[in-house]
Amino acid sequence: MYAFTYHKPTSARQAATLLAKKEDAKLLAGGHTLLPTMKQRLAAPSALVDLGACADLKGIAVKGRNVVIGAMTTHAEVAASPEVQAAIPALAYLAGHIGDPHVRHRGTIGGSVANNDPAADYPAALLALGATVVTNKRKLSAEEFFTGLYETALDEGEIVTRVSFPVVSRAGYAKFRNPASRYAMVGVFVAKRGGEVRVAVTGAGEGGVFRWPEAEAALKARFAVKSLDGLKHTADGINGDIHADPEYRAHLIGVMAKQAVAQATGK
Amino acid sequence: MSATGIGAAVRRKEDHRFITGQGRYTDDINRPGQVHAYFLRSPHAHAIIKAIDTEAAAGMPGVIGIFTGADLAADKIGGLICGWMIHNKDGTPMRAGPHPALAQGKVRYVGDHVAVVVAETLAEAKDAAEAIAVDYEELPAVVDTGTAAGAKTVIHDEAPDNTVFNWHLGDREAVEKAFRAASHVTKLDLVNNRLVPNAMEPRAAVGDYDAGEGVFTLYTTSQNPHVARLVLSAFIGIAPENKLRVIAPDVGGGFGSKIFIYAEETVCVWAAKKVGRPVKWTADRTEAFLSDAHGRDHVTHAELATDAEGRILGMRVKTTANLGAYLSTFSSSVPTYLYAPLLSGQYDIPAIYCEVDAVYTNTAPVDAYRGAGRPEATFVVERLIEVTARQLGKDPARFRMQNYIRRFPHQTPVIMMYDTGNYGASLKKALEMIDYKGLGKRKRDSARAGKLRGIGFSSYIEACGIAPSAAVGSLGAGVGLWESAEVRVNPIGTVEVLTGSHSHGQGHETTFAQLVSDRLGISIDNVSIIHGDTDKVQMGMGTYGSRSGAVGMSAIFKALDKVIAKGKKVAAHVLEADEADIDFADGHFAVKGTDRKLDFGSCALQAYVAHKFNGQELEPGLKEGAFYDPTNFTFPAGVHICEVEIDPQTGVTRIERWAAVDDFGNVINPMIVEGQVHGGIAQGVGQALLEGARYNADGQLVTASFMDYTMPRADDLPSFDVGMTVTPCPSNPLGIKGCGEAGAIASPPAVINAITDALGHEEIAMPATPQAVWRAARKSMNRMAAE
Repeated sequence: MYAFTYHKPTSARQAATLLAKKEDAKLLAGGHTLLPTMKQRLAAPSALVDLGACADLKGIAVKGRNVVIGAMTTHAEVAASPEVQAAIPALAYLAGHIGDPHVRHRGTIGGSVANNDPAADYPAALLALGATVVTNKRKLSAEEFFTGLYETALDEGEIVTRVSFPVVSRAGYAKFRNPASRYAMVGVFVAKRGGEVRVAVTGAGEGGVFRWPEAEAALKARFAVKSLDGLKHTADGINGDIHADPEYRAHLIGVMAKQAVAQATGK
Repeated sequence: MSATGIGAAVRRKEDHRFITGQGRYTDDINRPGQVHAYFLRSPHAHAIIKAIDTEAAAGMPGVIGIFTGADLAADKIGGLICGWMIHNKDGTPMRAGPHPALAQGKVRYVGDHVAVVVAETLAEAKDAAEAIAVDYEELPAVVDTGTAAGAKTVIHDEAPDNTVFNWHLGDREAVEKAFRAASHVTKLDLVNNRLVPNAMEPRAAVGDYDAGEGVFTLYTTSQNPHVARLVLSAFIGIAPENKLRVIAPDVGGGFGSKIFIYAEETVCVWAAKKVGRPVKWTADRTEAFLSDAHGRDHVTHAELATDAEGRILGMRVKTTANLGAYLSTFSSSVPTYLYAPLLSGQYDIPAIYCEVDAVYTNTAPVDAYRGAGRPEATFVVERLIEVTARQLGKDPARFRMQNYIRRFPHQTPVIMMYDTGNYGASLKKALEMIDYKGLGKRKRDSARAGKLRGIGFSSYIEACGIAPSAAVGSLGAGVGLWESAEVRVNPIGTVEVLTGSHSHGQGHETTFAQLVSDRLGISIDNVSIIHGDTDKVQMGMGTYGSRSGAVGMSAIFKALDKVIAKGKKVAAHVLEADEADIDFADGHFAVKGTDRKLDFGSCALQAYVAHKFNGQELEPGLKEGAFYDPTNFTFPAGVHICEVEIDPQTGVTRIERWAAVDDFGNVINPMIVEGQVHGGIAQGVGQALLEGARYNADGQLVTASFMDYTMPRADDLPSFDVGMTVTPCPSNPLGIKGCGEAGAIASPPAVINAITDALGHEEIAMPATPQAVWRAARKSMNRMAAE
């Protein structure tokens, strides 16, 4: 690790000011990607702005037909939240299955979506549920927000403050973990909201999280596991590594989609 | 059996300090004025070093010294050694290139040591290392085990075809004859995957030099500090043995990887004198992946010949073993004398012939890893046996039973003389434990749920102790493999045992104390076990090869015999009886046929006050030492049965049942033994399902972190059903065989035999990852559909 200065503001506004003032500063949320990278000397920010004391970035609230989660809310808090469990149980389930207990007690939803790791779980939930990412400057739909591998629509100095999830009638999440890292090798989130069905896939795409239109159409006709029978995702555009080549990953998308629908329909 | 004696499941004495964070590991040791070493490592698998420019780095903040291979050579510090000489088929010695502690002119694997920076802080050392300019001329990398010998690129000039040796064992003609007479021949191609040891505690060293006394002290993560001192002194030339103290304090796991003498501790202890300050180095996890000696990495073709009745007639094996870029300390012995002599397994095989080609590659050195050669042999034998049973249409359990060795001692055609065993008893017990009779129903239930279920056997044998010394010497070992012990009785009867064995997780402080408690009739709380310091323990050979019980404890046993004999002399004077009339039992010296007796503590006091005898007829004091050299290897053996269920949709293999029946001879502490079995199985399951070190074609280690190298986790493993049978070992006084490696030796073929049973074909390699199993299962489903 190289030397850096450390700042701990107490509000998002203060954090934004610091971020603007310090050249080459980085925001620190849970730190699960940034800190290991710094320890390996692969990243060398001049300053870290720790969001851990920003009370206005924390908390879970149900507002009308939406569940709003502050950016610095940990995965463990989301998983254990009675509000989330009641409104969107699949989201609580997803949060409760990220990493291990250490990760869930440090990692945050804001950090996860802002990093947009192609193997992260939350991007699938945001995309499938049609969530809105709220920053200190604007509101973005999940589709607008996730722009590519580790890339988002966030501008320089822009901070994710909360994520708003519309409550849906049915949702489910299933993932196949990478045997070594236990990140999602393939994760599929399905959500049914009124007549609309969305199927979002994480872990598998060369460009990060994406939707699977064929599965959405099939499930729109009838929201049941059987609707996915015989449906295969193409291996084009799918990641390959030593754990799973594109063909295997593409196959797992189908298997995980079925498991997610089974969870959503209670079957 | 007393509550703390032999056979009691005594809780581990050492665990209090370990689980309360009071263990003292090498990295916990800090010396006044200590500075830090950081090794600049090669980013290339194979390159000529044209120049190293350290000028800019030397002027950076905190830098005390920067050293390269030239500095070591100037101080006449020798290279690292391989301590086991192997001869080629034609009798010529193996072809080994030099192994400098810091590279001289060439780097041969990613992670190879180019230079060391010594600085006030580790961060400063790292900063300076980044400022060192190395001019490399990259060379093509040789990575693949199977094709290294034919490669155009030469790694060491001394080995022009990248071949260290072409070795063989057994009677080739007898095997040819057996195969000509065979009614069936089974042929298999096998890969024994390369593993990274990953001890929880990474390697570390602190070098210290006392200029007043001219004495070096090295604190290091070693399984055998005396061997480290011997090598550093006699071969590398740090200092004479009396001027070099090596301390291996608490060590957090070794699995073989801490047997060896590495570049880092050599450089740290040398540099301590050079810079006049204690020098510390602790590996980070990436360095551990890159530079700890790896394990296994064999490519093998094996054949088994059987007659019309299904009796085994002969076996032939051709193996290529990857030894990496340099020969590590015991690397040459692992694919030779620790491998081929185990190819007879538990079976009566009249003729065996094994050829082993060892190759250099541009990868980390490969050496002993839990089981060392024996897992590789067992994998060959048990895969061959299982596949042969299938091809002959025989039940695999019955086929084994038919071919087991039944009479002992048994001379195999590959060196070993098995002393005792009862292989059928272990198999019978394991079959009951796994409910073999219910397997058919369980398979049908799985099939109904769309799953594939299979069962796999492994009847393993291993050779432990790695002794007698004369025997291993005749096979090329550079050292004797006895063990030493000293029993010091204090005046009030408490006992310190100094042992040449070394505990790095095995629980010696408990089991060794149980032996003393049992023999002397004293509480284990009154017994301290001292190990790991060459200034305290005079000489020892260390812990590996499951030898600490069979060899190390036997030395203690022998020293205790002497203590008791001396105690009888003292007691005879105190009790005014003839020495021949003194019995020792339950902690008391007693005069036969009387009620006159003296407890052990009082006897010790009498030995030290020496009031009841004169010093001319009996020396005062009570302290005895012993060196113990066994009469044979020991032969732990057993049967492990694994039952798996495969989900063909995802390729995930779940281990549903595991029955292990081991014959370790007599057992000192059944709880600790069971723990060793659990840990060994976990490592073996890791090899079979999860772990695999992968280099790409450029020689970069692709699996250099836990993000890509899959270590077994608790939820990858079932609850193990562990049982035992006992045939006491006749070659040591305690009847112990050894238990440290059995699980890792037995389990890989059990898992793969179960998976191939479920799949209905043999086309799967280790590690059987979900991706590999999914593909193999798809093949099975397609074949089933076609039938």
